[in-house]
Amino acid sequence: MSARLIWRKSLNAFMLSLTGLCALLTVLALFFILGYLVWNGGKDISWSFFTHLPAPVGETGGGMANAIVGTMKLLLLAALFGVPIGLLGGVYLAEFGGRTTPFLVRYTADLLNGVPSIVIGIFAYALVVMPMHHFSTLAGGFALGIMVIPTVLRNTESFLRDVPSALREGAFALGANKWRMVATVVLPAASRGILTGVLLALARVAGETAPLLFTAFGNRYWSPGWMQPTSSLPVVIYTYATGPYEDWHQQAWAAGLVLLGLVLLTNITVRAFLSRGSSYERM
Amino acid sequence: MMESFFPLMANSGTAAASSSAKIAAHTPAMTTPGANTLRMKVTKLNFYYGKNHALHNVSMDVATNRVTAMIGPSGCGKSTLLRTLNRMHETLRHTRLEGEITLDGVNILTLDVTKLRRMVGMVFQKPNPFPKSIYENVAYGLRINGHKGRLDDAVEKSLQRAALWDEVKDKLHKSAYALSGGQQQRLCIARALAVDPEVLLLDEPCSALDPVNTAKIEELLFELKPTCTLVIVTHNMQQAARVSDSTAFLLNGELIEFSATGTMFTTPSDPRTEAYITGRFG
Repeated sequence: MSARLIWRKSLNAFMLSLTGLCALLTVLALFFILGYLVWNGGKDISWSFFTHLPAPVGETGGGMANAIVGTMKLLLLAALFGVPIGLLGGVYLAEFGGRTTPFLVRYTADLLNGVPSIVIGIFAYALVVMPMHHFSTLAGGFALGIMVIPTVLRNTESFLRDVPSALREGAFALGANKWRMVATVVLPAASRGILTGVLLALARVAGETAPLLFTAFGNRYWSPGWMQPTSSLPVVIYTYATGPYEDWHQQAWAAGLVLLGLVLLTNITVRAFLSRGSSYERM
Repeated sequence: MMESFFPLMANSGTAAASSSAKIAAHTPAMTTPGANTLRMKVTKLNFYYGKNHALHNVSMDVATNRVTAMIGPSGCGKSTLLRTLNRMHETLRHTRLEGEITLDGVNILTLDVTKLRRMVGMVFQKPNPFPKSIYENVAYGLRINGHKGRLDDAVEKSLQRAALWDEVKDKLHKSAYALSGGQQQRLCIARALAVDPEVLLLDEPCSALDPVNTAKIEELLFELKPTCTLVIVTHNMQQAARVSDSTAFLLNGELIEFSATGTMFTTPSDPRTEAYITGRFG
């Protein structure tokens, strides 16, 4: 073998192992976090963790039922508030916009995506908490909802753009008008991707702590309604993990595991449900 | 056969067209139904994509219940001409149309575009079934047009007209993507036929199909002729010769020759037509 060939072969081997190693590290990071979470939090998860309120300081045991329900309520509000805006905005960008408007909307959405979550929290504080004069589930849901919008919008737009234009023409040729074509052909064709994007966006904000600190605040007890402060898993994790008690740390681990499980469970359920329907294939 | 004409009669713009339809309906054995009537008429059509002048002063007729073929080399404007017939060009930006196109004597530009497209259906080059079940594909046009009556019957009838019923009757609720390319194209034809169009435009419907499936589609065109006016764009001159009654030859956006298919392929009047059909260019 010539020297040049040896050099090329060894460079190839080096680059191949380097890229392979980096891919492995990515996967390892995820499995390390997962494993660590299960290892530390798994043993503290019991039935009462899901059904009981937090125990008073100094007592062991107790659960996080209020935080679990609180997180679900916050995510529901975030979805109700953010998903329709992001979804319909995405439809506008992909199907109806001209040239300049979509550019501006897209640019703004990207900026909004980059706004630190704590700033979103301050915004929700000023807009919802201040006029109401108290913290509330509603304010927390509002803050998370704002964070959901840009992700859903961009994701919806890109999946709609991926739908082959032949399908649009097919609907037009049958006498469908534009909104009908979008609603009955393009949206269903892209539904799987769009829903995955919605889930991803919700999964991301499910773990947000900063915007909840001064909107949903926190609560040691059941939140009496949508207009009152509520406990939530990320805030509880934050409080417990930085708290001075050993069993708080344990419970923070368990809460982390529950949060992750909650997100995974929704993901798997929706995906299983979606895989039954048919989606378009590239032809 | 009778019932397939009722919507057609209701849609017809002029008395002449509906009487011709009646004649055709009462005499199914007639080989040249509605021989002297024109379903569509294109007059002095000029078409522009932005500054690109794609069609130059084209005038041609589409005879009722006949197959009209459009041939010509790539980029000659045959697909563009076809797409103006149901105003599909309006889905593109920066297009401009001058001249007149009539359907049963009515200027199509004055019609509601969705209504026009129900009367002038279209089948595309590549099969484009919707990501839905076979049944839902055929029912789509009926649903969006507020079909009254039993959907099941209408779906079955359309699939039978497209010669697909026997192959799919046991899997109507399976995805349309499970079908072969040829079946998908016949499904698209069934989908277009479901709304009972007066005219069916076919844009190179066989170019993505093998010879066996091409033969099936051509056979289907013959079967559809008594009940539907057909306009087909094709790259394949043998196909034009086989299926059509009259043929239009386009070159660089101009209609060079438009005559009965037999005449066109035996004694073309323009030397450019002769050069094209004898394979000297294109």
